[in-house]
Amino acid sequence: MAETRKIALTVNGRRHEVEVETRYTLADFLRQQLGLTGTHLGCEQGVCGACTVLLDGQSARSCLMLAVQAHGHEITTVEGLAPSSTGLHPLQEAFRDHYGLQCGFCTPGVLLTLVEFLRDNPDPTEQEVRVALSGNLCRCTGYAGIVAAALDAAKRLQGGARG
Amino acid sequence: MADAKAHTVIGSSVPRLEDAALLTGQGRYVDDIRLPGMLHAAFVRSPHAHAAIRGIDKSGALALAGVRSVLTLEDLRPWLRNERLVVGLPSPSYRQERNRPALAGTEVVHVGEPVAIVIADDRYLAEDAVARVAVDYEPLPAVADCRAALAPGAAPVHSDAPHNLLAEFAMGYGDVDGAFTAAPHVFRESLWLHRGGGHSIECRGTVAVHDPLEDKLTLWSSTQMPHALLRVLVDMLGRDESRLRVVSPDLGGGFGPKLVSYSEDVVTCLAALVTGRPVKWIEDRREHFISATQERDQYWEVEIAVDADARILGVRGSFIHDHGAYTARGVNLGTNSAETVTLPYEVPAYRMSVRLALTNKVPVTPVRGAGHPQGTFAMERLLDRVARELALDRAEVRRRNLIPAARMPYTKQLKTRGGMQVVLDSGDYPRCQAQACERAGWDGFRARQEAARREGRHIGIGLANFVKGTGRGPFEGVTVRVGPSGRILVYSGATAMGQSTRTMLAQVVAEQLGGDLSNITVTTGDTDGIPLGIGGSNSRQTVTAGSSAHLAARKVRQKAIKVASLLLKASEQDLEIVGGEVRVRGAPDMKIGLGRVAHAVAGTPGYTLPGEVEPGMEATEYFVVDEMAYANGSAVAEVEVDVETGGVRILRYVIAHDCGRILHPAIVDGQIFGGAAHGIGNALYEWMGFDDDAQPVTTNLGEYLLVTATEMPPVEIIHLESPSPLNPLGVKGVGECGVVPAPAAIVSAVEDALAPFGVRLAQAPVSPAQLYALIAGARAGIRAR
Repeated sequence: MAETRKIALTVNGRRHEVEVETRYTLADFLRQQLGLTGTHLGCEQGVCGACTVLLDGQSARSCLMLAVQAHGHEITTVEGLAPSSTGLHPLQEAFRDHYGLQCGFCTPGVLLTLVEFLRDNPDPTEQEVRVALSGNLCRCTGYAGIVAAALDAAKRLQGGARG
Repeated sequence: MADAKAHTVIGSSVPRLEDAALLTGQGRYVDDIRLPGMLHAAFVRSPHAHAAIRGIDKSGALALAGVRSVLTLEDLRPWLRNERLVVGLPSPSYRQERNRPALAGTEVVHVGEPVAIVIADDRYLAEDAVARVAVDYEPLPAVADCRAALAPGAAPVHSDAPHNLLAEFAMGYGDVDGAFTAAPHVFRESLWLHRGGGHSIECRGTVAVHDPLEDKLTLWSSTQMPHALLRVLVDMLGRDESRLRVVSPDLGGGFGPKLVSYSEDVVTCLAALVTGRPVKWIEDRREHFISATQERDQYWEVEIAVDADARILGVRGSFIHDHGAYTARGVNLGTNSAETVTLPYEVPAYRMSVRLALTNKVPVTPVRGAGHPQGTFAMERLLDRVARELALDRAEVRRRNLIPAARMPYTKQLKTRGGMQVVLDSGDYPRCQAQACERAGWDGFRARQEAARREGRHIGIGLANFVKGTGRGPFEGVTVRVGPSGRILVYSGATAMGQSTRTMLAQVVAEQLGGDLSNITVTTGDTDGIPLGIGGSNSRQTVTAGSSAHLAARKVRQKAIKVASLLLKASEQDLEIVGGEVRVRGAPDMKIGLGRVAHAVAGTPGYTLPGEVEPGMEATEYFVVDEMAYANGSAVAEVEVDVETGGVRILRYVIAHDCGRILHPAIVDGQIFGGAAHGIGNALYEWMGFDDDAQPVTTNLGEYLLVTATEMPPVEIIHLESPSPLNPLGVKGVGECGVVPAPAAIVSAVEDALAPFGVRLAQAPVSPAQLYALIAGARAGIRAR
């Protein structure tokens, strides 16, 4: 039997204490063991960015991390962004309104990359957004809708902070 | 009946039906499907481009805990009625049949060809076991280059083949040799054209489950063509269609390679039958590089004859097309490339000879654009050459040759692959080019270029026109049904790969049936949803399925109005459908829900149907169209080349395009943006490389470059709307259009930027290293003079 370890971590605000195979990637653990299939795998090599999650608030490639490395940490996945089961995060709303997605496969990773980016850089230029997105591949949109959504989300998030 | 539309859903950028789930991680892609007791598969793949298989030893793999089964072709034979996937589109041009086997038997003919499937309790174990399947290969000579493949004495790609010519054909019209003999100017180009993979961010995948209670086999596959895949399964497994279902769940992009039916689809089904358990296989990116189909090389020799005023007298030539090791689709890429060359222009005589060469590489099938970018590139390079030789403006040369709007519809003396006459149905090509050039500042560019050169910057501009056949028939059916709940259910053989197909169909249906998209559920890509289907390819679904949806929804609307008029005791003329209700205009209390109307025609035992209508609030339409709707466009690229590094930056990209009537402006924009990005990749970045032994040398996304957000220039889109007369919506396809002109326009712009060096470009893509070498060579030549 493959070697396992017990790990404790928080995912989307919920604490889990689970036995996990030591060789399982964080992405496979999230998808298969926790059933959080919103985190997607596009290359399993750290290039495409589809598997991006937040680890203690910092974006991380969940395909390049082992699940055991997440022990003691706090993970946010796309399932944890919306404030409620019917509502959307302002960034998600902006993506809907600007057609920032087509097939949607890269979208979870893009969203989490931008959550971190807009938190650290709340009033970015278009070029800064593009650089922030350069680690996320999208084959559908040509990035136009994604960039527009990110810039608009920055405004929405600032408005929300003021309000 | 009043057919006046209360709704204007069509033509407005409504929110997409797809988004709520996809934005919150609730999509259901094939890898998200988990079934109780499910096993996981991995494939043993050939590491050789060409080898004989002398034996397969599974014992090491089977000895691992958690490994359930290892299956080879020999193991699968008892379950197979036909061992090969017979999928080639018909053509008289084939010189040999090369259908893929379910698994390789005695010979492998490309790196990545599946040899055995390992089924284990999880994917990690399956991959462990793959490494322990010992295949005894005897390497054979491999053919990597499609030109070498056709040379006398070339090693055979398949050891039983007399030669490597897969197919050959010619197309054309007019006295082309006469035109060349009499022409004052003839210019010839030798071109290398390359395209790479589809590279949807989601790779391929399958989940198969056999339900013994009903003896029904269900396959979820990331396929663009589930109905075609079902036919393959009927053929190979010998099961009738009542015991098979193929479903395309959410697809993480298609872009061509997913329209092909694959061995892995068939073998996953067999694995589920053999083990009696659900089986999942998910392709990883490396497998995508070596086993998903791709486009690749074409080598063109092409020449143009023009008169003293640069008017085209004829175009002729030939090209060799790399077909890969098997026929996984047909000869359609060669056909598309050859057919597309002359389309935007008046070309009195034309002939193109095409040879498709087998190579020991992954099979070649369409990638977004499907041969059209290459044909467009060849023509546009020739026209640039004419302009240079005759010292004319490149746009002016094109203006003199574009088909005038007054001559539409314009018959080309060419036939489509199905034998249909090519008739360009509508469009104003000169106006399209003029608008693109005006927006891009074409006329003022020389001054800008001079100014930039004085600063030591090398900027250039390029232009390309294209015409793309879209909406390939014969049909895509749609069923529209209103059930007792009042919800409108739409089923289509159309398949959603991410191009907003569900939203498009819902829009068309909502236009007729109440205008409320939230009351509509669209099921696409499910063989249990509708018996006939073709699927997603060739920018076809808005034309074909959209038209069927329009006709079916209109029928349901007429019936709903008729029955409601009886139930409400109101005149049909006074009724309208708003939201989920039929109501009397101006009398807000006189209304009835669509569900109650549907209930009234669902039948009550012993009672007549109201108004003696046909049973059920339902209509199925298969709008049949054989002629293609020809979309067109003009792209202008402005680039800057760093002559010290060969690096190219696109400063600006303008595309004017005409896809007929636009149903959803934002979705159309998205298709153009995405297509442009793909085309920019084809022009500058994407290269699927193989070494001399046909070993792939670009097998990850670090080696094979996709365009990222920082490479994308500002893309400006100009819409022209010339409705197609061929379908009731007036639409043309748009999915591939953004790709088609990009390599031609960008390479032209790069050459223009490098005019001081006299660099000539005859290929796409062009890499910085290649450009640097050309610039260095030109500089050395200049110094030598």
